[in-house]
Amino acid sequence: MQDRIRISCSRQNLQQVRDFVRSFLLSAHRKEITVNQVVLAVDEVMANFIIHANGEDASQFLDLLLVLTDRQLDIEIEDHGSTLFLPSGKVATPDLRAYIQQGRKGGMGMALVSRIMDRVEFFERNSHTVCHLSKELM
Amino acid sequence: MGPIMKVTAQPADTTLTLILDGELDASSAVILDTELNKPELLNYKKVLIDCQRLSYISSAGLGVFISHLQRLQDSNVKLVFYNMQEKVFNVFEILGLDSLMTIVPTEKEAQAA
Repeated sequence: MQDRIRISCSRQNLQQVRDFVRSFLLSAHRKEITVNQVVLAVDEVMANFIIHANGEDASQFLDLLLVLTDRQLDIEIEDHGSTLFLPSGKVATPDLRAYIQQGRKGGMGMALVSRIMDRVEFFERNSHTVCHLSKELM
Repeated sequence: MGPIMKVTAQPADTTLTLILDGELDASSAVILDTELNKPELLNYKKVLIDCQRLSYISSAGLGVFISHLQRLQDSNVKLVFYNMQEKVFNVFEILGLDSLMTIVPTEKEAQAA
């Protein structure tokens, strides 16, 4: 099964994205904890594209594609903005004690994504940034 | 579309309880940040976070708590979470935050923490 959604680059659309991913996975009878983890991973990547790659420019848009075959979930997020956004696939473990001492707010999103998903890749296609996430679902 | 997050403050003697209702993400985290930024928060001995109706948290929500924790600790204000749904607790666990923050099952335990 597969489904797709397109949103404009506003952080207010993150709720719509989460509802979409939840509905897709719950219809496939996946566990609530697993569903929430995947929802979180998609939310984090979409938020990064919206805020950091597109500066919350609502005239830009993102495409999200979910494909579930047997136990394999593949997720593709394509950024149609003009700026390439290619963070490293390898994410260092955040030093949370240091974050607390520094009063730091950011820097945990991609660490969550890399711990939840089996594969995280960013690449360029037709001058756009694409993020591919995959996970084997039990 | 209405706000996806509501924060209700309930002061009682030396304890302030913040009741979270909704989803805490990159859009709504500013609502919680505003509450935790209030100077009067430092007048309490304890800030309890009732998470019963908190149905989702992203790194933006975690970041708000992390960014205020040291300031609260420096003022001897204890931050305690309770009534947390399993799927929300799991997000704290993924990063190991469950060992750096005080998270207890019930309000009674939060009051005693």
